[in-house]
Amino acid sequence: MALVEVKGVSKRFGGLTAVSGVDLTVNAGEVHCLIGPNGAGKSTLFKLIVGLYPPTEGSILFDSVDITKERPYARVQRGMSIKMQAPSVFKELPVRQNIQTALQERLSGAERIAEENRLLTLLNLAPDSDKLAGALSHGQQQWLEIGMALALKPHLLLLDEPTAGMSPEETYKTGELIKSFNAEGMTVLVVEHDMAFVRQVAQRVTVLHLGKIFARGDLESILQDEKVAEIYLGKTHAH
Amino acid sequence: MFKLLEGPQTLGRGRMFWSCFLVGLGAALTYPLFADSYDVGNFAYFLIWIFMALGLCLMWGYGGMLSFGQTLFFGIAGYGYGVLAINMGGGSATIAALVLSVVLAMIAAGILGYFMIWGGINGIFFGIVTLSATLVLAFFLGQTAGPEWHIGPARLNGFNGMKGMDPLTVGDFYIEGSALYYVMVALIVIVYLALRMLVNSGIGNVIVATRENPQRAEMLGYDVRKYQLLTFVIGSGLAGLSGALYTSWGQFITPSSIGLPAAAMPIVWVAFSGRSDLTATLVGSFLLLFGFQTITVYSQQAALVLMGALLLATVMLAPQGFVLGIGKLVADWSRGRRRGDGDVIAEAGRLQSEES
Repeated sequence: MALVEVKGVSKRFGGLTAVSGVDLTVNAGEVHCLIGPNGAGKSTLFKLIVGLYPPTEGSILFDSVDITKERPYARVQRGMSIKMQAPSVFKELPVRQNIQTALQERLSGAERIAEENRLLTLLNLAPDSDKLAGALSHGQQQWLEIGMALALKPHLLLLDEPTAGMSPEETYKTGELIKSFNAEGMTVLVVEHDMAFVRQVAQRVTVLHLGKIFARGDLESILQDEKVAEIYLGKTHAH
Repeated sequence: MFKLLEGPQTLGRGRMFWSCFLVGLGAALTYPLFADSYDVGNFAYFLIWIFMALGLCLMWGYGGMLSFGQTLFFGIAGYGYGVLAINMGGGSATIAALVLSVVLAMIAAGILGYFMIWGGINGIFFGIVTLSATLVLAFFLGQTAGPEWHIGPARLNGFNGMKGMDPLTVGDFYIEGSALYYVMVALIVIVYLALRMLVNSGIGNVIVATRENPQRAEMLGYDVRKYQLLTFVIGSGLAGLSGALYTSWGQFITPSSIGLPAAAMPIVWVAFSGRSDLTATLVGSFLLLFGFQTITVYSQQAALVLMGALLLATVMLAPQGFVLGIGKLVADWSRGRRRGDGDVIAEAGRLQSEES
């Protein structure tokens, strides 16, 4: 069953067409990776899905409801949760308060505190919970933002390059984390170009090039697609 | 609910802080027993402005919205109180006039705020638009000297200002002198505690989160525009409360209490005190007002120059505010004594962390 349906979406910035006539379906319960070289339109498509950009053409459905004209907060209230490419946390607030702000609409009292502690422990942030978020390392800020996204208990988790700036060990752990959430039924859409990470988490892959869909399919078929391997991934990455 | 009186958004917690608070309150309550009525009246006058300072602190320090137009709402409520008190016939109706004039200021803030916030005006442009609206009102009121400018029997009177309204009255009892002073103290305590609870609540979390990163706050499912509008309306309502009390206190109001020099004053008070904390704003604004008034007795120009110099010194030497900086030092010193100097948690933006 389709959770997200992007239908004929285009986005133009003046004379530049960043995304052109894209159709994309993300099924409930899958980890779907959106890949492509720099300038392919991945981040633009991501921002169209989360509502930061209005599309020039086309429509976006979430759970069969047309959300094309909804603002990001309304999409989040429907069950999306978003982690942007650059760490986007409340830097002047303590780590715990960052998580609390994300949790407070869903839980209160002892339940909220227990969930705060669970997430902080899960993300290895418990020892730093009183620190200002801005004092965390880049990788920790990435995790904190993932924690804030998870705190909403979303149906769909949208991650834009979640491992940017992370060490290989942190990247691997993030991948395992995403797989564990997916195993609990969460749908995940990831924009990523770290192919090791994509291989670790992806079930289905869509390849974007020059703002258009270039290829799509399950992970194995994309990895074995010669055109994708030669042009976008590089043979050394694909094999 | 009272747990919200303390939290990560506000300076001060625990017995020591609340003991100091009670000592300060006790001193304020006993002050009229020792001071002469002139000084008590002067103190009541200082306290009038505290509401506007606290409102700006909420909007600017917590909400990240620098309004240069707090005197716009001060003026709307001040003139509103005059018009209503005169038209409603004085007496106990002045209490209704006070409430209605504050509501009027909040409605005006709601309308202006809606167009600004939904129109995407933020940052420096927020200050420019609010200042422009303030100057428009001040300029307009200055042009109302003719007899045609009246609302019922209430004449606006141009630069000479509106006069002739009753002070706050209950039955036959005029709330003036010591009575007005006690009303001010009570209102300040209520407003201060209510604001502490607001900023330490879930709503306060969102207000501060919106200041920090509005896009992130929206992506947590919050319509940040509504929170910004709420903050703007509350802050402006408090400026309105100052305006209505000012008119009641002096039984006059002029356009000069709205214009540019007046509009700059709340910025100086709050910047000097420390915009990101209510207690620092409360204490700092009172000290500044007291100092300003004392110097004004000798030279108003010197007082204005001093205010400008203080703003410059704040921007260059203590951008977070002098009173807040001192409060931080005291908090760090106190915590350092309790924990040992080695394990004081460094904090850039707050005065104390949650000790969980």
